[in-house]
Amino acid sequence: MLLIHCPYCGEDRSELEFRWAGEAHIARPDTISAISDDEFAEYFFMRDNTKGIAWERWRHIHGCGRFFNAIRDTVSDKFLLSYKAGLPRQPVPGSEPAAAPAVEGGVA
Amino acid sequence: MRKYSVFALVKEAMRSHKGWEPHWVSPEPRSSYDVIIIGGGGHGLGAAYYLAKEHGITNIAVIERGWLGGGNTGRNTTIIRSNYLYEESMDIYEHSLKLWEGLSQDLNYNVMYSPRGVMMLSHNTHDMQSFKRHINANRLYGIDNEWLTPEQAKAFCPPLDISKTARYPINGAALQKRGGTARHDAVAWGYARAASDRGVHIIQNCEVTGIRRGPSGEVTGVETSRGFIGAKKIGVSAAGHSSVVMQMAGVRVPLTSNPLQALVSEPLKPIFPCVVMSNTVHAYISQSDKGELVIGAGTDQYHSYSQTGGLQIITHTLDAICELFPIFRRVKMMRQWGGITDNTPDRSAIQSVTPVPNLFVNCGWGTGGFKATPGSANLFAHLIARGEPHPLAAGLTLDRFRTGRLIDEAAAAAVAH
Ligand SMILES: Cc1cc2nc3c(=O)[nH]c(=O)nc-3n(C[C@H](O)[C@H](O)[C@H](O)COP(=O)(O)OP(=O)(O)OC[C@H]3O[C@@H](n4cnc5c(N)ncnc54)[C@H](O)[C@@H]3O)c2cc1C
Ligand SMILES: [Zn+2]
Repeated sequence: MLLIHCPYCGEDRSELEFRWAGEAHIARPDTISAISDDEFAEYFFMRDNTKGIAWERWRHIHGCGRFFNAIRDTVSDKFLLSYKAGLPRQPVPGSEPAAAPAVEGGVA
Repeated sequence: MRKYSVFALVKEAMRSHKGWEPHWVSPEPRSSYDVIIIGGGGHGLGAAYYLAKEHGITNIAVIERGWLGGGNTGRNTTIIRSNYLYEESMDIYEHSLKLWEGLSQDLNYNVMYSPRGVMMLSHNTHDMQSFKRHINANRLYGIDNEWLTPEQAKAFCPPLDISKTARYPINGAALQKRGGTARHDAVAWGYARAASDRGVHIIQNCEVTGIRRGPSGEVTGVETSRGFIGAKKIGVSAAGHSSVVMQMAGVRVPLTSNPLQALVSEPLKPIFPCVVMSNTVHAYISQSDKGELVIGAGTDQYHSYSQTGGLQIITHTLDAICELFPIFRRVKMMRQWGGITDNTPDRSAIQSVTPVPNLFVNCGWGTGGFKATPGSANLFAHLIARGEPHPLAAGLTLDRFRTGRLIDEAAAAAVAH
């Protein structure tokens, strides 16, 4: 079971309190009714499914109830950082600032 | 290849079993092949076998980064059934079930397919309505599936607790009698042996690290831990790693890789005659021929490649097993493991052409693709050989996530086995 840090509660809590909420920093297109089918498929269905360092959303559903983002290594399942929703994609702790991601979303 | 038969067995018994040959040969890779299959699980090995057998293509390599069947083929709980809801699913799973019925003879290898019946427990009104809908859809389509009362369910599976005071009471069950189990390793080995016999190269301990493309974007081969190997066509059948491999060719696929766990008990005398599944309390169980209870648990909620899962997931399943079958409360569990399953948003597989010429993909079988092995392999071979899907797999396109023609088995069954 994972031990997860909620950046709002400021505590490490058991995974049972949390709900995984998919890849982070995917912004819903502002013009959702105007975008093409390809763009919609990309936004709605396609995911990086990264093997390695991944940016993802979690929700502290049985705690404060809030969404936040986290960086986790999906091979070791180790969390590297949790940060509040609304912050831009954070660099991996201890590394050079991450290269600009291909698509930078807003608050996801 | 030496044929296995009772005469071969008697002959070997008389000479201390010194004459058996390896199941398959492990040659040095050629510099190029007509077809390369990435992934030596049941689906990939089977596709190579059917390409050789039914489409006359034998210049094939199956490239596996670990050992054959070391992926989900060798990690799953081997439940086989075809009573899915939608026609696209029924088509491919029923095609598969029919192939299972003759697979040992076809491969001359005992895959121990055992149609002992798969019974799905209904616990509430919603389950009952949903199962009856499945039963009606299946029967209209010519697939067996029948409704049992709790008493009939108990008669079919005596260890089941159907008392009204049970923690998870049962109000009926759906039974597919032709469903059952098979020996997982034997499926990989049987296909490997039969494919190798037809000239297919089986290359283990060789990881594909890149997919090379030609001037018009078409695939030209793969980079591997043993160097470049050329290919006219490539079929990706890498289960939990399918999105990682597809990204090597720049193709995005809608997959989430989740750990899924299983566990086995100490061996018991024969006590459990069938397969029982409960989607609602999330447990499924059968007994192997070695006597172990084989128990499947749920997936972890997050995506991961760790090939392990959370303890709370299996505890939850064992809670349910102990309530459904109080007789098993004191049985010791011996081993637990995880595999990485590739799940699509609609929980149906993808078997498809891709935007990259001569690159084909077979993935998204998720938590329930062992049962599909022969059918999927057979139709994937057709897709690779002809460049277009077989009618039975025509709905499983990658394009459905653009067109919206989803096959929503996710809504049809809470779990996908
Ligand atoms: C615990 C568990 C229980 C399950 N229970 C059932 C069940 O009861 N019934 C059912 O129908 N299904 C079940 N499944 C699902 C089923 O196991 C899978 O859907 C199915 O085995 C996928 O088949 P495969 O042969 O394609 O996969 P695999 O056997 O995983 O084959 C894929 C292969 O690709 C290789 N590979 C990956 N990347 C590379 C690379 N870069 N280069 C070379 N090779 C690579 C892997 O090493 C692997 O061997 C279960 C799965 C698990 C994990
Ligand atoms: Zn919190």
